[in-house]
Amino acid sequence: MNGPMIEARALTKRFGPFVAVDGIDFRIEPGEAFGFLGPNGAGKTSTMRMIGCVSPRSGGVLRVLGLDPTDDGPEIRARVGVVPQEDNLDTELTVWDNLMIYGRYFDLPRREIRERATELLEFVQLSDRRSSRVDPLSGGMKRRLTIARSLINRPELLLLDEPTTGLDPQARHLLWDRLYRLKRSGVTLVLTTHYMDEAEQLCDRLVIMDNAQIVAEGSPRQLIVDNVTREVVEVRLAIDADPAAEVAKLKRFGDRVEALADRVLVYTDDGDATAGEVASDGFDAASVLVRRASLEDVFLILTGRTLED
Amino acid sequence: MTSTLRILPFLRPRHRPWRLVERNILAYRRIWYIFLSGFVEPLFFLLSIGIGVGKLVGDLDVGGHLVPYRTFVAPGLLAIAAMNGSLLDTTFNFFVKMKYAHTYDGVLATPLSPRDVATGEITWALLRGAAYSAAFLFTMLAFGDLRSGWSLLALPGAVLIGFGFAGIGLAATTFMRSFVDFDYVNMAMIPLFLFSATFFPLVRYPAGLQAVVRFTPLYQGVVLERSLVIGDLHPTLLLHAAYLAAMGLIGLRVAARRIGLLLQP
Repeated sequence: MNGPMIEARALTKRFGPFVAVDGIDFRIEPGEAFGFLGPNGAGKTSTMRMIGCVSPRSGGVLRVLGLDPTDDGPEIRARVGVVPQEDNLDTELTVWDNLMIYGRYFDLPRREIRERATELLEFVQLSDRRSSRVDPLSGGMKRRLTIARSLINRPELLLLDEPTTGLDPQARHLLWDRLYRLKRSGVTLVLTTHYMDEAEQLCDRLVIMDNAQIVAEGSPRQLIVDNVTREVVEVRLAIDADPAAEVAKLKRFGDRVEALADRVLVYTDDGDATAGEVASDGFDAASVLVRRASLEDVFLILTGRTLED
Repeated sequence: MTSTLRILPFLRPRHRPWRLVERNILAYRRIWYIFLSGFVEPLFFLLSIGIGVGKLVGDLDVGGHLVPYRTFVAPGLLAIAAMNGSLLDTTFNFFVKMKYAHTYDGVLATPLSPRDVATGEITWALLRGAAYSAAFLFTMLAFGDLRSGWSLLALPGAVLIGFGFAGIGLAATTFMRSFVDFDYVNMAMIPLFLFSATFFPLVRYPAGLQAVVRFTPLYQGVVLERSLVIGDLHPTLLLHAAYLAAMGLIGLRVAARRIGLLLQP
């Protein structure tokens, strides 16, 4: 396809007086894995719903697959796959029937759906559960089934809203692996997440959203290079320490210092050296840890808050 | 009536609302036995009220035709069965799927639209209601309660009753906030059930009340079915039919709009 997969200019979503998405611009190219990173309430889901043509925009321009969701909703939805934040599998049907009927919603012939469903259950490792009802499946299995369901129409564009929220580590890694394979097969992935590691693992490019706006854009690496030092020293404070007072003491060790509830982050290009200085200075810390800077730090520096806030 | 047929997907098999019908067939395939109650219930009614009570009541005059009480009450029960059959899937079951199972959130992520959902669920309710009504008509046939060739139109008549109530039921359900609100459905249905000239003729009511009953929805269906089955044809039957069709169409329109507002904010 020529031109961008999705293009938004001044895209806005209002619910009454509340502004959920406040005039954002972005452009997603075919084959890209693109992420919306941000805390709950930042406007990620509203954006995804507008892209998926299940929520009309309040303002701005939006083109999905070169079409306007206002006029061509059904046609766009026919070519897009959706993995919603909350599973909405059909609980009255079996695993297999969930795929069958979903294919029918896309008006596919039954024989074609049977072939695809067999392949997809294989792909998400649920072949042995095909006759099971949905309810007894684990969270990770339901998520995988939802992904299989979203692929039944062979979408060019896959929208994933917090695909691994609430899953245990093994389930997440299995899911990431499947999404990575999809990306390799040429499907454009658009996902929202508030997990840094997920964004770093999966996204070629991402935007950071906060308070309904985009505050930064780039590849995970570029965002870190542009906004943060190379390394971070995490100084965990003694239980009775006052973070504000300790921050003042730690300021001279790094380029930048951020106080969290129970620890202070010192941003520096040489973590080991800084950690050594902190220790030799006789600073009273419960522990000192050196790590590489992450997207979490980018977010903290850009918004002054952690993603869990 | 023509516009009804155009809106219902009967004549356009590839039309998207049929997918909802397919979905319901898949869902009910495993619990097909719950349909039995729909067939058996009206039969029990016919036996107890028609035969039991009928013995005490004697014959009644319908437009110059003297008929046994059972023959009088059977078309009323048919209309009630058509109403009940269509309300089951468009009120309670629809509410659960919309509010709790989030079934339609998944459906609306596909090319299907809120209007397809509304039309599909109504179509399903009509098919289910038509099956019950057909079984009931066969029972009436066996008892000798179909007195006229016009009885052939009793099944389409029952589908029309179903359409009216399915539309209104679906629309009303989109306004419900919790299961408590379903008490309103019962509050509306019980008086309709008892006082729509179902069990005794309209002339038994005081004049003022007669005027009220004439405007209630189930009354339209009862008169329609009774006239067809007994062969008491008159042009006002078209008005009754138009009333039911309008109720269904308005309900469908409101429901489609509301589903869009609720699920695609």
